[in-house]
Amino acid sequence: MELCPGLFYGGSRAAICPRIAREVKAVLKPLSPLPSARIRTAKWWESRAAKSFRKYWQLYLLLFPVVVYFVIFHYIPMYGVQIAFKDFIATKGITGSPWVGFKHFERFFHGYYFWRLIKNTLGIGVYELVVGFPFPILLALLLNEVRVKWFKRTVQTVTYAPHFLSTVVLVGMLVIFLSPESGIVNHFLERLGGKPIAFMTEPGWFKTIYVFSGVWQQMGWGSIIYLAALTSIDPQLHEAARVDGAGRLQRIWHINLPGILPTIVILLILSTGSVLAVGFEKVFLMQNSLNMESSDVIATYVYRSGILGAEYSFSSAVGLFNSVVNFILLAVVNTIARKTGETSLW
Amino acid sequence: MVKKRNQTAGERVFDYLNTFVLLIILAAVLYPLVFVLSASISDPQKVVSGQVWLWPEGLTLRGYEKVFHNGDILRGYINTILYTLAGTALNLLLTVMAAYPLSRRDLYGRGVVTAFFVFTMFFSGGLIPTYLLIKKLGMINTFWAMIIPGAVAVWNIVIMRTFFQQSIPRELEEAAEMDGGSNMTILLRIVLPLSMPILAVMTLFYSVGHWNAFFNALIYLTDRSKYPLQLILREILIQSQMSDMVQVSEESLAKSIMEAESIKYAVVIVANLPIFLLYPFLQRYFVKGITIGALKG
Repeated sequence: MELCPGLFYGGSRAAICPRIAREVKAVLKPLSPLPSARIRTAKWWESRAAKSFRKYWQLYLLLFPVVVYFVIFHYIPMYGVQIAFKDFIATKGITGSPWVGFKHFERFFHGYYFWRLIKNTLGIGVYELVVGFPFPILLALLLNEVRVKWFKRTVQTVTYAPHFLSTVVLVGMLVIFLSPESGIVNHFLERLGGKPIAFMTEPGWFKTIYVFSGVWQQMGWGSIIYLAALTSIDPQLHEAARVDGAGRLQRIWHINLPGILPTIVILLILSTGSVLAVGFEKVFLMQNSLNMESSDVIATYVYRSGILGAEYSFSSAVGLFNSVVNFILLAVVNTIARKTGETSLW
Repeated sequence: MVKKRNQTAGERVFDYLNTFVLLIILAAVLYPLVFVLSASISDPQKVVSGQVWLWPEGLTLRGYEKVFHNGDILRGYINTILYTLAGTALNLLLTVMAAYPLSRRDLYGRGVVTAFFVFTMFFSGGLIPTYLLIKKLGMINTFWAMIIPGAVAVWNIVIMRTFFQQSIPRELEEAAEMDGGSNMTILLRIVLPLSMPILAVMTLFYSVGHWNAFFNALIYLTDRSKYPLQLILREILIQSQMSDMVQVSEESLAKSIMEAESIKYAVVIVANLPIFLLYPFLQRYFVKGITIGALKG
C-alpha cells in the first residue's frame, strides 16, 4: 500500500487516508489562530485556485476539451436515463415527453421474459465466475514454478495470444469447430462412435460453450496480474521455508497463495460485481433463434427491444434496472470483503 | 539464479508434473490456432470431411485467393484501417491531454476532475440514451460515430497519469520551469519523449480495441459500404451458420457450403494478421501496462 505522499496536493489523497488527514489538521490548527478570518480577508487572486490557474492555464486548456467530451458523451446520456420513467415521444424530445413513473419497470417485471432473462443472466455470470475465475490463478502459480526461462516465456506468449482475437473471430471459430457436419469436434465424436451434436443450436450447451471458450481466450491474459503479484513476494520467505524443510507444494500453499490473496480478493470483488454485466458482445454473437431459451440475457433483450424494436423508454428501464442491480451487487460484495478481511475497493 | 543441484526426489517429481500440466495447457491453447492456419491452406473438401487434424492436407491457397477477390472484405479491411488509425490517434491525444494535467499534484481541482471522470466507470446512461444522443447529434451512419463516442477510456487516463507521476522525475519538470519553459513545452519536450513505453502500451490497447470492435458499427452504421471488417466477418463466419445447422441436405447447398468453408479459415488468418505480426514486439510493453494499472488501483 502506498503511504499517501501526495497528501497536500489534492482532495482525493486526503480522502484515501483520513487518518493522516486528521493528524495533519491537528498539527496545522495551532499555527493559524484565526483561520476563518484569514480566508475572508484574502484577495481572490491570491487564492489557491487563482494561483494554480495562473501557473497552469495551459494545462487547464488541455483538460477542457476532455471534460467537454465527458459531459456530452457520458453525462448527457446519464441525464437521458429519465426516459426510463417517461413515454418517449421523438417529436417532444427527452425532456418534453410525459412522465409515467414506474410503468416500464412494472411491465418488465411482469413480462413474459423476465424470469428467463434473470435466470440466464445470472446463470451465465455465476457459471463464468465459478469456473473462469480460478484458472488464471492456477496458471500463474504453475508458471511461477518454472525455472527454464524459455519454456516459461513460450507458455506466456502462447496463452496471452487468444486475448487479442476479436469476439467475432472467437465466435466464428466456435461455429466452425462445432459445426455438426463439418466441424472438427463432431468429426472427432464420430470417430469415437458417437453421434454429432449441434452444439451451437442446442440450448443445453450454450452456457458451457460460452464459459469454456472464455477460459481458453482469457486464462493467459488474466494470469499476468497474478504473476506480477507473485514477483513481489519476498524471496527470503521461501528461503526460510526451505530451511525449515517445506516442499514446493507447501511453499505454494503457505507462501505464494497468501501472498497474492489481496490481488485475488480485489479481482473477485470486481468480477462478482459484474456477474450481471454479462458481456453483451459474445452472447449476442453466439445467440440464434434455436438457443434463445438459454442465451437470452438482459443486455441482448435491451438491444432487441430498444435498437431493433425502437421501444426506447421500455428498454432504457430494463437497462437501468440491470445497472442498478449491478452496482448494488458490487457494493454488497465490497462490504462483505471489508468486514471479513483487510482488502476492499473502498 | 543459483543452480540447485541438490534437489530432492520430491522436487524433481514436482517439476516434471508442473511441466506436464503446462504442456497440456500450451497444447490446448495452441491447437485451435494451428488448426485454423493449417485448414486455411488445405483443400476445403478435406477440411469439411474431417481429414485435416493438425497438418495441412492437399495444399492450396484458393481460400486466400477468394478473400483477396472479395469486394466486401477488402472494403471492410480498408474501413477498419481508417477507423483504427483515426480512432487511435484521437484516443492517444485525449488521453495525454487528460492524464498530464492530472499528474501535476498542485493543480487545483485535480481531485474533482478525476472523480468526474472515474464516476463514469461506475455509472453510465446505458445503451439507449447514448444511442439517442448519437442520433440527435446527426452522427448515425457517419465516420464520426466510429471514433467519437469512445474517444477516450477512463482507465487508460488513470494508467497514464500514474505513469507520469511515477516515472517522470519531478526535478526534471522543476528544472525546466526554472528555465522558463511553459507547461506545454515541458509536456512536449520532456515528458512525452520519456513516455514512449506507456505510449506504446496505449497504442496497442486502443488500436486492438478499434480493430476488433463491431458493436458501435452494428448500431450506428446502416450503410454496408462503411462496415468495418468485423461486421463483414460476422456475416461470413457466424450468420452463414443457420443454413449449415438446420440440416437442409440438398446437393446445391452442400456445394455452396464447401465454397463458403474454404474462405472461412483464410479470412480468420487475414483478419488477425496485423495484430499477430505486431504482437511479439509489443509483448514486453503490455505486461508493463497491465501492472502499472493494477498496482495503483
